[in-house]
Amino acid sequence: MSNNEHEHIQEHIKIYLNVFGALAILTLVTVAVSYLELSTVEGIMLALAIASVKASLVAGYFMHLISEKQTIIWILILTFVFFLILMFVPLITVTDHTGIN
Amino acid sequence: MSSIPYIVEERPDTGLTNAKLGIWIFLASEVMLFGGLFSAYVFLRMAAPAGDFEYWGNKLSIPMATINTLVLISSSVTVIMAWASLKLKDFGKYKLYMGLTLLCSFMFLVIKYFEYTGKFHHGIFPSSSTFMGIYFTLTGLHGLHIIGGIVVMGYMWLPVGNKMWKTNPEMFTNRVEVAGLYWHFVDLVWIFLFPILYLL
Repeated sequence: MSNNEHEHIQEHIKIYLNVFGALAILTLVTVAVSYLELSTVEGIMLALAIASVKASLVAGYFMHLISEKQTIIWILILTFVFFLILMFVPLITVTDHTGIN
Repeated sequence: MSSIPYIVEERPDTGLTNAKLGIWIFLASEVMLFGGLFSAYVFLRMAAPAGDFEYWGNKLSIPMATINTLVLISSSVTVIMAWASLKLKDFGKYKLYMGLTLLCSFMFLVIKYFEYTGKFHHGIFPSSSTFMGIYFTLTGLHGLHIIGGIVVMGYMWLPVGNKMWKTNPEMFTNRVEVAGLYWHFVDLVWIFLFPILYLL
């Protein structure tokens, strides 16, 4: 293996450890925030925002998505679109019942 | 030797090894599997009487889940260190980090076991409420994924891994990477499960 690649990996290891630190801190932050007196909507928004940051760190650095090939990015964009549709299905059903009650 | 092509070298049209493309397509299907259940959670929560989800959610142990979150994050970093060690041609370190990953994953299951049995002792079952139904379904499915990860990573950690490393180190490194991608996904799902079930 070339010296270059060796150094490259060593650099990555440093990033992994930093990400690990950030994830641990964010976990404690999300628990601390849950004890704050927030309204339900604020609480949900904040918790999901922190979870999204954590998820982005895992996907971006641990799963190497920031430097991944286009093919995978496109697969994931498509997945995300379908995921959103899935999440909005419950909202669509709400309109089914409007006016019935 | 291997019947599946492009295991070590990248396929010219996708720019990826087949294993990597395969695991990402599999993970995309996993997003839909868990996505369906997350969607069910939203649906059930919207339809539940006010305060019902909060009432049942408060019965869960936040300290246990916080520890479990930290355990899973740790296992995510050790599994990537295991892969990085192979990239650095340090098989001893790989064994160490993969061993730590397995240790963390077992720890996660043990803590989960105590959480579940704690609930059962208090007479709380999936049938107790809508919240508990979706809680046990989501964490149960996630737990099965942990067990799946243990089986695959355990296989690569056992002596059979040494053999694979000797015969085809690059293929072995790719396998560890692909297993790692799956493991990070399992961690990722937990990152969302933790706040929606325990904290909200």
